[in-house]
Amino acid sequence: MALTTKYQGLIDVANTSGIEGLQIAEQEGVLHIRGTAPNADVKNKLWDVYNQLDPNYLSGDVVMNVDVSSAVAGSQVRVITQNSNLNIRKGPGTDQPIVGKAAKDEIITLISRANDQWWLVRTKDGEEGYCYAQYLEPIA
Amino acid sequence: MQIIMNLKNVINVFVLSACIAISTSSCKSKVSDADLKAKVETVVASTPGVTVDVKDGVLTLSGSVATEAEREAIANTAKAADSKNIKSVVNNIVVEAPKVEINANDVDLAAKVVDATKDFPTVQAVVKDGIVTVTGTLEQARIQVLKQSLDALSPKKVDLSALVIK
Repeated sequence: MALTTKYQGLIDVANTSGIEGLQIAEQEGVLHIRGTAPNADVKNKLWDVYNQLDPNYLSGDVVMNVDVSSAVAGSQVRVITQNSNLNIRKGPGTDQPIVGKAAKDEIITLISRANDQWWLVRTKDGEEGYCYAQYLEPIA
Repeated sequence: MQIIMNLKNVINVFVLSACIAISTSSCKSKVSDADLKAKVETVVASTPGVTVDVKDGVLTLSGSVATEAEREAIANTAKAADSKNIKSVVNNIVVEAPKVEINANDVDLAAKVVDATKDFPTVQAVVKDGIVTVTGTLEQARIQVLKQSLDALSPKKVDLSALVIK
């Protein structure tokens, strides 16, 4: 079955969710989905639909890299770790020393996006450093 | 006299039809293929990757664009450049989805995978030829976060098939 058929439901949602710069392309047996979602809800919805079509993402025939446009400098982001604190590091990398911590569900400020993986943030207490972007969710 | 009159009529008809023939052909030759080509090239210049050719007033478009809508729009725009003199349009443009950029640098990707999997001590991930292969065990609730973290690195593929789900 063609990947575009298998994932038609996901493609439909992606096409109708106002995703900026949406790219959907099948390359070497993998369907790549790229773009910038208007908010975290849209991104979460895409992942839910993907999980329905391929439970636990075990087929390995999709790579979905959709970020969220509301994550701009100065905006508030929520810490979405499983249950532990989120490390705030001196530089962008897990080899960098930890300079602070943010609690799960804490709201912190995004100062800038150093790259796709590491964002510079500031906590309410004024601690500043880099966090792994996957554990930060833009609010609204 | 009668014969002369008839001859006159014949000549008149001949001259008239000759005029029509000349005027038609002169109308045709007013815009050459080269001129048409230049006209169309001006209007499709904003779409790189599309080439234009005109022969005997027949316009041929070639190249590739990202969507079917774009393919049709270009043909319409091109025809509109001189709809009077372009006889027909042969649209040989193919629709080709743009390639998605992939991180093919295994060293760079592997370093990023280390960061992405740091909070998943029960899984191991190796990178080879742009493919991230994950083994180990993981609770079901955390699979999505792991997959999101790895997909965000733009690998060629993320293979979780060997992961044991608790």
